[in-house]
Amino acid sequence: MTTTRTIKVDYIARVEGEAALHITLDRDRVHRVELNIFEPPRFFEALLRGRHFTEAVDITSRICGICPIAYMMSAAHAMEDICGVKVDGPLRDLRRVLYCGEWIESHGLHVAMLHLPDFLGYPDAITMAKDHPDLVKDALRLKAVGNDLLRLLGGREIHPINVRVGGFYKLPTVAELKARRGELDWAMGATQRLLKLVAGLKAPDLRTAHEHFALRHADEYPLNEGRYASTDGVDIPIREYEQVLQEEHVAHSTALHSRRLGAANPPLACVGPAARIALNQDRLGPLARAALKEHGLEDAWRNPHRSIALRCVEILFALEESARIIDGYVAPDRPCFEVTPRAGTGYGCTEAPRGTCYHRYSIDEQGLITAAKIVPPTAVNQAAIEGDLRQFVSDRLDMPEDELRHGCEQVIRNFDPCISCSAHFLKLTVERVDGVAA
Amino acid sequence: MTRPTLAVWKFASCDGCQLSLLDCEEELLAVAGAVDIAMFPEASSSMRPGPYTLSLVEGSISTPEHLEQIRTIRAQSRYLVTIGACATSGGIQALRNFADAGEYAAAVYARPDYLSTLATSTPIAEQVSVDFELRGCPINKAQLVEVINAFVNGRRPAVASHSVCTECKRSGTVCVMVAHGTPCLGPVTHAGCGALCPRHDRGCYGCYGPKETPTASLAAPLQKLGMQGDKLVRFYRSFNAWAPEFREESRAHETP
Repeated sequence: MTTTRTIKVDYIARVEGEAALHITLDRDRVHRVELNIFEPPRFFEALLRGRHFTEAVDITSRICGICPIAYMMSAAHAMEDICGVKVDGPLRDLRRVLYCGEWIESHGLHVAMLHLPDFLGYPDAITMAKDHPDLVKDALRLKAVGNDLLRLLGGREIHPINVRVGGFYKLPTVAELKARRGELDWAMGATQRLLKLVAGLKAPDLRTAHEHFALRHADEYPLNEGRYASTDGVDIPIREYEQVLQEEHVAHSTALHSRRLGAANPPLACVGPAARIALNQDRLGPLARAALKEHGLEDAWRNPHRSIALRCVEILFALEESARIIDGYVAPDRPCFEVTPRAGTGYGCTEAPRGTCYHRYSIDEQGLITAAKIVPPTAVNQAAIEGDLRQFVSDRLDMPEDELRHGCEQVIRNFDPCISCSAHFLKLTVERVDGVAA
Repeated sequence: MTRPTLAVWKFASCDGCQLSLLDCEEELLAVAGAVDIAMFPEASSSMRPGPYTLSLVEGSISTPEHLEQIRTIRAQSRYLVTIGACATSGGIQALRNFADAGEYAAAVYARPDYLSTLATSTPIAEQVSVDFELRGCPINKAQLVEVINAFVNGRRPAVASHSVCTECKRSGTVCVMVAHGTPCLGPVTHAGCGALCPRHDRGCYGCYGPKETPTASLAAPLQKLGMQGDKLVRFYRSFNAWAPEFREESRAHETP
């Protein structure tokens, strides 16, 4: 006779937002894997209706305190798409630097403060600092480099105030930008040291068959712009996004799941650093590309447990890209382009640290929003997280309870899930149907 | 002597205010030395039971479960401080308090019956007694360090209570309303940001919430700058829409 057992994690730590996990298994197989996102819904897409199109940037930034720029940028691009404005030249470059700041801050936080303690065996970075003081101090300084760029271009780190449809309110001076170069150089060295450490970490072997999605641009590593591409051959303009990935509502989550359309038995969709590296490693800057090769990480995107190293490669890219832009920066004569509203629908798709952040808006001739659709990256990844959990547990049915629970939490943290964003939820319960009390 | 214990809690929010603690890159290890961080799930998988000396509460009350949770947290905490606009005034998600919450849920979710949510998003102080409210969307991290320092040392926090307008004057920032005709909520908004928006050539949008000034007196100058009816309603109705002063002022300009 087979009995089942349950593995439960009621509150998953070191992730942004509230979630729990519930897994039911017996000696032979996994019955059920549910990632419960109990993050309370805030109804952004509903409350945006009737707001002025210029307000979406500030309002959607409040979806996430860790990656506000992603929301601000996707909203700005969608509104500019409606109004027929293309922000180019130095203003576009400064938007890239601003976005790089968010990648450095967000990836730095996750790699060193939230994820690394799993590999080194600590409950958190503060405890880790007692044994590895320099490691944690350098990580905090690296994160500060990202936050400094956010402050310089955005006014503040969390919910920046200097981003608008059409560009910026006020531009930094050339001298203020150049003053950042020294710290960027230090950060590139520090990131290379950090990458050496994380690339050498022992990671469980996990091969997934996910379809990885990311923007792909003709000649840049993608941040703000590109076509939407996948490892299974999708290559579409972003306005066709909803023809490929469609959201659906499942009972155990306030995060909407994404379903792949147009393919029979489609693989699970996955976005984030692994997807970007899979599709765009030829577009990385010279330093990041060399680092990827030196540490043999070209195929690491296939194993979710190696995402920590890929985040590090992306920090390196964001640093060298910021330095490149600052070195060549010539101030434009105005901080923003004039944008006049016209009725229509527009699309914005940018690469948040955790993956693609898709927005669609419709506005009327007064510039008031009539419809809004926002797909945060963690909502897309939720099914892939559940898929990885199922596979991870299936391979370890005999593993002791505590170890299995800890392993499951790591599988989740591999995705750096951003649950406030996706709530549209995570709680861990592993139920064993074999008479072993959970 | 045992160190004071700190707990960080989340209700409906973006995580930005608790992230402010992790954003204290220079002070974080010092704070962690001075207080024992007993409960901070966003940063640590070590979660210890109360009682706690100081609880920092982020987010608004927006689900039936929240009502129970906040009472438990209050009972376990010597001091309870709310951090940010969601906890202090209901946040941007309080816009549903002015609308039909059922319609909101149906607009976003295919199966609203799967959700467990209240019709309103309200501040923590409407449910339990609060020892201090730190304003801002997001909060200012220097003020956060001051608040932690004050409470673990048994004194009141030294946090300014004047308006953004005063912060502008003190920093010598040109008035965006007078000089450029840019609508600005600075005269009726609580200080704490350091006049960030005016210093970036934009009007204050009230993310630190109302200051105790007669909020209505700003309507006439705003109307002169072309802010009529719905525009004025939207101006007051954002991240602190449910704060009483902004709530009443926005209702006063609503077209019936």
